[in-house]
Amino acid sequence: MRFQDTRVKHFFIHLFMIVAGIFMLYPILWMFSSSLKPEQLIFTDMGLWPRAASLDNYIKGWHVVRGTTFGQFFANSFFISAFAVFGNLITCSMAAYVFARIHFPLRSFWFALMLSTIMLPSHVTLVPQYAIFHYMNWVNTFYPLTVPRLLATDAFFIFLLVQFFRGIPREIDESATIDGCGPIQIYYRMILPLSVPALITTAIFTFIWSWDDFFSHLLYLNTADKFTVPLGLRLFVDSEGESAWGSVFAMSVLSLLPVIIVFFIFQRYIVEGIATQGIKG
Amino acid sequence: MSMSLRRKNIFTAYLFLTPWFIGFFGLVIGPMIASLYLSFTEYRLLTPPQWIGFDNYVKMFTDDYKYIDSVKVTLKFMIIAVPSQLIAALAVAMLLNQGLKGIGIYRTAYYIPSLMGGSVAVALLWKQIFGLEGLVNQVLDRFFGIQGYGWVSHPDYAVYTLIILATWQFGASMVIFLAGLKQIPSELYEAASVDGAGKVRKFFMITLPLLSPVLFFNTVIETIKAVQIFTPAYIISEGTGGPITATLFYTLYLYQQGFSFFNMGYASAMAWILVLALAILTSLLFFSSRFWVYYEYGGKP
Repeated sequence: MRFQDTRVKHFFIHLFMIVAGIFMLYPILWMFSSSLKPEQLIFTDMGLWPRAASLDNYIKGWHVVRGTTFGQFFANSFFISAFAVFGNLITCSMAAYVFARIHFPLRSFWFALMLSTIMLPSHVTLVPQYAIFHYMNWVNTFYPLTVPRLLATDAFFIFLLVQFFRGIPREIDESATIDGCGPIQIYYRMILPLSVPALITTAIFTFIWSWDDFFSHLLYLNTADKFTVPLGLRLFVDSEGESAWGSVFAMSVLSLLPVIIVFFIFQRYIVEGIATQGIKG
Repeated sequence: MSMSLRRKNIFTAYLFLTPWFIGFFGLVIGPMIASLYLSFTEYRLLTPPQWIGFDNYVKMFTDDYKYIDSVKVTLKFMIIAVPSQLIAALAVAMLLNQGLKGIGIYRTAYYIPSLMGGSVAVALLWKQIFGLEGLVNQVLDRFFGIQGYGWVSHPDYAVYTLIILATWQFGASMVIFLAGLKQIPSELYEAASVDGAGKVRKFFMITLPLLSPVLFFNTVIETIKAVQIFTPAYIISEGTGGPITATLFYTLYLYQQGFSFFNMGYASAMAWILVLALAILTSLLFFSSRFWVYYEYGGKP
């Protein structure tokens, strides 16, 4: 009797979760399908299976900006995101290693200062940062988006890595010291190889956030040859208006693909990362 | 610890922290101090800043209806979106935590909106869906015969399309709730059942107290995020914050002041009020947590 109850209950929960899940994912699935539909169908066809399908929207969308293509925007986005991953992995892990494993005077003072910047809204440094980059003639270059990544400015990832490094047994450092390793060797021979999961989490979230970043790209990049994918997408709103939803959806779908691919490859790290570290997507 | 190791450690520490030091002083602390100074000036980037005392701050609260509107719309968004999102996240997490098969698939499916929600692509999608001829109105027309508005361009409804967008992204909070729910020992529920406690009672006496630290964490993070919402508002309103000031969120107005009108002193003052407001909000949350967050071992957050 109990067993029957549970089965009936589970059946209804499954039913509810599936219906709600379809409802939630419908907009995204509909966008995928609509990106293949001829323009006029988008406004009349709310089904997921396109009655007529072609890649016209993709071709039109790809060339929407005169003199350049979305290929350029993708290349720019990939460069900035890849650089961000590279920079964060190296400099955040270096800072985290010091905070987690090395004893030196003032450590807790610097650590507290670092922590205090985690929640700081970036707007409070916005104007002076812009002025600095302006006077260095870096506006409309990739430098304002890449160079800060070499300076461990993502305090959140330092904190994440500190938490992980602290969990690595101390004995490892001690035995390595006896074997004649200095602190720098311990960092790259012991700590980094043992921290691959945390480094992957850092890499994934740096990539996703950097890929989706809009605000700083809007601020610093202002000619089409420097545009990233989010800025390319924004052009549809500004110029073409509501007339080109087919191409908008086509390019939107392409812009989501890298994030989707990264998500499905590294799903385990993402879900665990969120659950244990409280990262927000 | 030998003397040479100690010196080696100090050397390594400062060597490894060099990038962080440069970034911290050059791009965080330095600019923070500078922006505090600039908030008392009129600054237009190409000319040197002119000291004007508290004028920016006074103007904000007495002579700038757009500023007041932006505060109001941001608060409204925060007050509705954060609880909606947390309730949805908790409800779904509790349903999933009943020993259901295939929990991983559901978790993935419900997390996907969180993964993509901040992108320009999804903001554009929202603009279509809630537009005059968008998906929502197609559905309303077909199934209910209702002629809908252009929701994103209606002064009363535009902000709600963004609240729906934020609520839709409850997946990340849900994953955290799920992790928290898994930590609650099932013996507690069994013991409560033996004592004759019903479902509602179990929820309020066991689940909610033991989950309160997680709930607190999610509330803080989501509040901070909600106050700083930018991308979807910018895309939906084409950068204007319109219709009228219906989606003129705080950070969007700050952006307009600083980088469309080049009132950079004013933008800096707005940023400092934002910092202050966030500090007050989080302190209030931390203060309130004494009364509703339960720590099993009597610890403090």
